[in-house]
Amino acid sequence: MAASASLLKSSPVLDKSELLKGQALRQPSAVSVVRCQPVSSSSLTVRASSYADELVKTAKTVASPGRGILAMDESNATCGKRLASIGLENTEANRQAYRTLLVTAPGLGQYISGAILFEETLYQSTVDGKKIVDILVEQNIVPGIKVDKGLVPLAGSNNESWCQGLDGLASRSAAYYQQGARFAKWRTVVSIPNGPSALAVKEAAWGLARYAAISQDNGLVPIVEPEILLDGEHGIERTFEVSLKVWAEVFFYLAENNVLFEGILLKPSMVTPGAECKDKATPEQVADYTLRLLKRRIPPAVPGIMFLSGGQSEVEATLNLNAMNQAPNPWHVSFSYARALQNTCLKTWGGRPENVKAAQETLLIRAQANSLAQLGKYTGEGESEEAKKGMFVKGYVY
Amino acid sequence: MSAFVGKYAEELIKTANYIATPGKGILAADESTGTIGKRLASINVENIESNRQALRELLFTSPGALACLSGVILFEETLYQKTSDGKPFVEVLQENNVVPGIKVDKGVVELAGTNGETTTQGLDSLGARCAQYYRAGARFAKWRAVLKIGPTEPSELSVQQNAQGLARYAIICQENGLVPIVEPEILTDGNHDIKKCAAVTEIVLAAVYKALSDHHVLLEGTLLKPNMVTPGSDSPKVAPEVIAEYTVTALRRTVPAAVPGIVFLSGGQSEEEATLNLNGMNKLEVLKPWTLSFSFGRALQQSTLKIWAGKKENVEKAQDAFLARCKANSDATLGKYAGGSAGGLASESLYVKEYKY
Repeated sequence: MAASASLLKSSPVLDKSELLKGQALRQPSAVSVVRCQPVSSSSLTVRASSYADELVKTAKTVASPGRGILAMDESNATCGKRLASIGLENTEANRQAYRTLLVTAPGLGQYISGAILFEETLYQSTVDGKKIVDILVEQNIVPGIKVDKGLVPLAGSNNESWCQGLDGLASRSAAYYQQGARFAKWRTVVSIPNGPSALAVKEAAWGLARYAAISQDNGLVPIVEPEILLDGEHGIERTFEVSLKVWAEVFFYLAENNVLFEGILLKPSMVTPGAECKDKATPEQVADYTLRLLKRRIPPAVPGIMFLSGGQSEVEATLNLNAMNQAPNPWHVSFSYARALQNTCLKTWGGRPENVKAAQETLLIRAQANSLAQLGKYTGEGESEEAKKGMFVKGYVY
Repeated sequence: MSAFVGKYAEELIKTANYIATPGKGILAADESTGTIGKRLASINVENIESNRQALRELLFTSPGALACLSGVILFEETLYQKTSDGKPFVEVLQENNVVPGIKVDKGVVELAGTNGETTTQGLDSLGARCAQYYRAGARFAKWRAVLKIGPTEPSELSVQQNAQGLARYAIICQENGLVPIVEPEILTDGNHDIKKCAAVTEIVLAAVYKALSDHHVLLEGTLLKPNMVTPGSDSPKVAPEVIAEYTVTALRRTVPAAVPGIVFLSGGQSEEEATLNLNGMNKLEVLKPWTLSFSFGRALQQSTLKIWAGKKENVEKAQDAFLARCKANSDATLGKYAGGSAGGLASESLYVKEYKY
């Protein structure tokens, strides 16, 4: 541990002026994004996406300073759990009411650059007949869409899962693009208590790579999300180790699938101890390990890294993000939070129309806090007790 | 799966960072006895030890030149050689804040069943040799893997084999205190365009970094020595700005920020070309989290060699030429090269078809 600590002190510190210069990024749009894969026959397969420029632009827009993503793509079943927690029935009307509350929060676009939707919501309108997608665009928020079809048991593994959704993904993605989505999200998981087995890691990485290539082919910026679950008693070093392996595989397969790195976003888990580990880590330690991971595995061409909160409390998630932004990074380091943005808001609403405004205010408070954290300026003043409550659920099924 | 953090970890990181100091670069003076023989033959000088010593002394004692350098790669013989005053070369370098490095590979051999592709030898007893070189004062090493572009090249076998070789070499170096320079050279031979070179470079580098990760190499204690991304030798040339853009794009897609420095090889580029291209890269206004510098052999020495021609009376002029190239490249690492050091010799192409190193 001592060796690791001093390693951090002597790790290269990026010169701030060099980075600021680079932020006025001249996109190599003159450079064709063609990548050729030599094949054993004499012809070359050339892959070029007609959406390349748009993908790069969208990714940069989502990865804009002071902003992050609101993940509101809970499946109907999961949304049902949320509604149940405030005593509401899982009906389309209630889901519609809740999502309307979220997207109409005034000025949300100041802190939120993108919103991930579930399929139902992408095609939904408010009770006034206005399309949710249109509201988001008016709010200067890029609409995104969850495209995976959930986790199922991985045969031959150690009780691990894999993520489904590749069948028909191309035509679905094209349809989502038509409907106004401009980015996609696919969440696969890796479990440390279950290994993870080499098979599970490979499958997770390969599935993500295939999804990413198909998304880009159909105009959607893929958010690449291999969530390393918080469950377990392991320490932060073990999480670090597993993360290094997972990300190496992910990027290798992304490269093999000719994915354009300037047109993707990442959604990793932060490097923390397991939820049931005796030792807790400070935000500085989490930042330390997480940044080391990123610097070792993430090519600078990737424009944005939007962390998931994975069961951390609202305040924890904000503090950790803030700690990661105390010095300039080669990529935009931000958030893509669901529970860590919505929790207090949901509870404040409680399903009552008269609480909508107050609930929206709490959403804006969390959004602003995370916006400040993205800029490294979060001070933590005035946080409520509710916001500090952990949201880890053992064996959580998303 | 964490990186290997052995007893040399802090030193490796410190050395790698120092070598990557902006404004400095590496002189690759590690030509094997056979190769240096070719150089000497080109100026009608006999390939005997005293001449090899004289050439290297000329370089290492060039007034002001060492200030532009952070490292020099040596061949084994040179590591143990001295100046004519009896001072070990290693000491000359150390006193001038130049880190001595050592070539540790044992050359390339063909991969049977391929179309002339190669793998690099040198892993046997590498650990012991590295430890010995460390004792002699070396603090970094170099291993050159070679790939080529063709209708069916580089093959999957060649990419994997060379990536694995580099990764094994790298971890063994780190176990023994030497910062490994990772060099996957993709030869320019061929009539392919720059896009093809870019694609191959990205594939090769992705495989290299995957292998380094699998072998637990500590990236913060390594350097990369890649080719620049250029059109093939038989294709029309392009401007330095184009080379800069393609090269930096490829690197941004493959090289993690943890790597402190990228020190380009010059391949067969002329001295001036290599400098202009390096300069172009450093002028690009895009984020580059690693230093972009040079590790040049021919592109630093060519003019110097010709001017020296083996004669004592030419040493001073030869050293002036060497200093000029060092300064030019030092400026290029800062994006400040203004041109003008391109004497006739400096613009001479150094490309040799199917160059055997």
